[in-house]
Amino acid sequence: MKKQITISVNGEKHSLEVEPRELLVHIIRERLRLTGTHIGCDTTSCGACTILLNGKSVKSCTVLAIQADGKEVSTVEGMATAEGLHPLQEGFKENHGLHCGFCTPGMLMRAKELLEHNPNPTEEEIRWGISGNLCRCTGYNNIVKAIQYASAKMQGRETPSTEPEFV
Amino acid sequence: MGHSLKRKEDVRFIQGKGHYVDDIQLPGMLHMDIVRSPYAYAKIKNINTEAALKIPGVIAVVTGRDLEKYNLHWMPTLMSDTQMVLPTDTVMYQAQEVAAVIATDRYAARDGKEAVMVEYEPMKPVIDPYKSLDPDAPVLRTDKEGKKDNHIWHWEVGDREATEKLFNEAEVVVKEQMHIPRIHVASIETCGCVADYDKVNNHLTMYMTTQAPHAIRTVIALVAGHVGLTEEKVRVISPDIGGGFGGKVPVYPGYVIAIAVSFLVGKPVKWVEDRSENLQADSFARDYHITAEMAGTKDGKILGTRFKILADHGYTDAAANPSKFPTGMFSIGTGSYDYQTTFMEADAVYTNKPPGGVAYRCSFRVTEAVHAIERITDRFAFEIGKDPAELRMENFIKKEDFPWKSPTGWEYDSGDYHAGLKKAMDAVGYEALRKEQAEKRKRGELMGIGISTFTEIVGAGPSKDFDILGIKMFDSAEIRVHPTGKAIARFGTKSQGQGHETTYAQIIAEELGIPAEHIQVEEGDTDTAPYGLGTYASRSTPTAGAAAAVAARKLRDKARKIAAYLLEVSEDDLEWEPGKFFVKGAPEKAKTIQEIVFAAYTNHPQGMEAGFEATHYYDPPNLTFPSGAYICVVDIDKDTGEIKVRRFVAIDDCGNIINPMIVQGQVHGGLTQGIAPAMYEELIYDEDGNILNGTFMDYLVPTAVESPSWETGHTVTPSPHHPIGAKGVGESPTVGAPPAIANAIVDALSPYGITHLDIPITPYKVWKALRDKGVN
Repeated sequence: MKKQITISVNGEKHSLEVEPRELLVHIIRERLRLTGTHIGCDTTSCGACTILLNGKSVKSCTVLAIQADGKEVSTVEGMATAEGLHPLQEGFKENHGLHCGFCTPGMLMRAKELLEHNPNPTEEEIRWGISGNLCRCTGYNNIVKAIQYASAKMQGRETPSTEPEFV
Repeated sequence: MGHSLKRKEDVRFIQGKGHYVDDIQLPGMLHMDIVRSPYAYAKIKNINTEAALKIPGVIAVVTGRDLEKYNLHWMPTLMSDTQMVLPTDTVMYQAQEVAAVIATDRYAARDGKEAVMVEYEPMKPVIDPYKSLDPDAPVLRTDKEGKKDNHIWHWEVGDREATEKLFNEAEVVVKEQMHIPRIHVASIETCGCVADYDKVNNHLTMYMTTQAPHAIRTVIALVAGHVGLTEEKVRVISPDIGGGFGGKVPVYPGYVIAIAVSFLVGKPVKWVEDRSENLQADSFARDYHITAEMAGTKDGKILGTRFKILADHGYTDAAANPSKFPTGMFSIGTGSYDYQTTFMEADAVYTNKPPGGVAYRCSFRVTEAVHAIERITDRFAFEIGKDPAELRMENFIKKEDFPWKSPTGWEYDSGDYHAGLKKAMDAVGYEALRKEQAEKRKRGELMGIGISTFTEIVGAGPSKDFDILGIKMFDSAEIRVHPTGKAIARFGTKSQGQGHETTYAQIIAEELGIPAEHIQVEEGDTDTAPYGLGTYASRSTPTAGAAAAVAARKLRDKARKIAAYLLEVSEDDLEWEPGKFFVKGAPEKAKTIQEIVFAAYTNHPQGMEAGFEATHYYDPPNLTFPSGAYICVVDIDKDTGEIKVRRFVAIDDCGNIINPMIVQGQVHGGLTQGIAPAMYEELIYDEDGNILNGTFMDYLVPTAVESPSWETGHTVTPSPHHPIGAKGVGESPTVGAPPAIANAIVDALSPYGITHLDIPITPYKVWKALRDKGVN
């Protein structure tokens, strides 16, 4: 028995017929073809599927599409604007905050909400703030740096050096 | 070279435009889900597919009996053992593939999977590898004619008699029993594929998560050539890969079933495993039980080592080692120390666990070897009461003694171990830390300092010794420069996050003077890329990176000829500086590489081949031997056993560095995959073969909270035989970190007479060890 839902994704409205059991992540990836949102586990542990639902970061593998009815979804594809990359995207690129890129969209969405709530987080607050998102490649040092970079840029502070401290 | 160029590939990844296997959606594509065994060892009495086939959308259920008709129910492993694709009568491990459900969408496939009824007759499994060789243990591989036990192979190297004599006569002998636990790479992207067979043209396009697309194409042709899928009819495409670490080298049954189904129904079939399947059934790493011994003098001279290994391979040897090396490069285990007496032996056994023995950011068993030597070296230092840093300094192979012949037959190409350890000690403030530790010990507080000074062996490898399934382990580069001086370069390797699109471009830029941003790098399509063995075991820079440099030099030689022709001078009169040839003594008479390339298409000398492209298949003369000196500082809560990694300093030597930012990133990631098995990760099985932590809820991949803020640095000892003096680096930190952490924890506990703890060292293990020693 399919249900009609309407969701706004990155500002664009979509009306869809979905089964009540269909997961939001599948709708985003397979119906709307926004494949930046990834699936990395089946226990809501890895955070690769993190999106914003009405501005709050959620793991879209554990949200039913019907729960998103009438709500606003933001995905990584909506981050950059006509003015250019979001400071977080820039931060990840400038600080080598990604290797394989698979966890990156989820990390970006989680970090986006983190900085909205806490614009000047300490390193420890960043580490706890992204602890629901697993990265297997980077060892997190540079993800922390990337978020610090974005925080500085968004607050109009001087951005920290992006040269690796590898002497 | 040596410049931290920001990565070219990031532009797509940060905007959600990476293109991974699960992103592929083809018209008419079917979905496959796999029914798995709940038992570790059981007879299959019956598979009832009736209910599953009634589910709307379910098209077929494939069993081993179906594949048997095409002789596709078994396949070879990379170690020339055999593995079931789907069983016809017996399952050999929990989560083994039993049947595949094919449906029009993923939900129907999952419904079908739940509806397949399998009747099993469970049998008592063999789980403990030590018991697998008992005379009364059931013989697991009854499929192998004449097989009378569960022994797979025996391997040995070194001098048994001389080592025995040395150990009998030595002043000091230390010994520890260690388990290097079974762990899983757990790349955040799981494994999967889309098999797309075109019946009309008899052509298979296989999109898959593979680190070695060419080797896979050859394997497919070997396995399925008899049904018409010969090698020219198979195209393997490895798109963006969400982490590999070795787990995406093997061929898994799911891939083969997807190909078989697509072949039979003529439609594309997608199979993407979920995380639990990935952890429970895909190739594990490690699982070596090692008895490590060291002999030496009372004043601290290391004289010899002895290692005895029991290797648990699960129900088939599905490792991915070079053919001649069943224990991979374990024989690097003599370490960074100057002695010539050793004996190492290993026996591998079958058990009712998933097959493998592959990878975890180090597929060739260097991690096991380094853990054994670095732990036993610390044990020796403790025994004679010598500082472990001092003991290492006194026993290191000296810089001037390279190239150095190891007692197991390797020729270490280069290294400066003293410089590395000194740098690490200075960076961490070693002496001050030892003083602080002494003060804390007086107060009964637990603080430990652990060192690991490892020698790595990467870049497989020279064709005289290295092959996989007979294919020599060279790698390749092909560079095509377009008339306007922009290039495309293709490689036999396949990045899974290592940044090849950037570093390979930098190598070519260095050699040819074409800016890196004008060099597009492509990998992972067997129809376009030159043949290569792929990316794993830190081999890409040592092999394909070298191939890039040599191919670029071939082009530079051609450029010199064209420049001489254009400038009307002899080739000998020309000098090169990156980007142009100029006439000696008259630098204004010059031709840029762009002008030369344009001439190669528009005005090339008569008699010369037109165009500007080169290919090179690089067969390395030796492996490369990176090294590192790591120091870890821990504080331990005596009441709870909680371990806090306070500092971790890593000094790596990977020779000349192409891109420091990327190398440092590799080190950060590798260190985190070092702390993971040292403190958190282990695949645990109960005595019935049930996996106890087969999901991401229970299998503890470190988060940003568990990962320390890594402190990294480097020394540079160029590889003398590599064209640009580089060595591999990706796996070094994963190899070097666990013993540094274990040594630090044991150091903290050593006042209580604790000499060893097996990794992962958890708070409970620490708490228990202390209680066993009477601490309350």
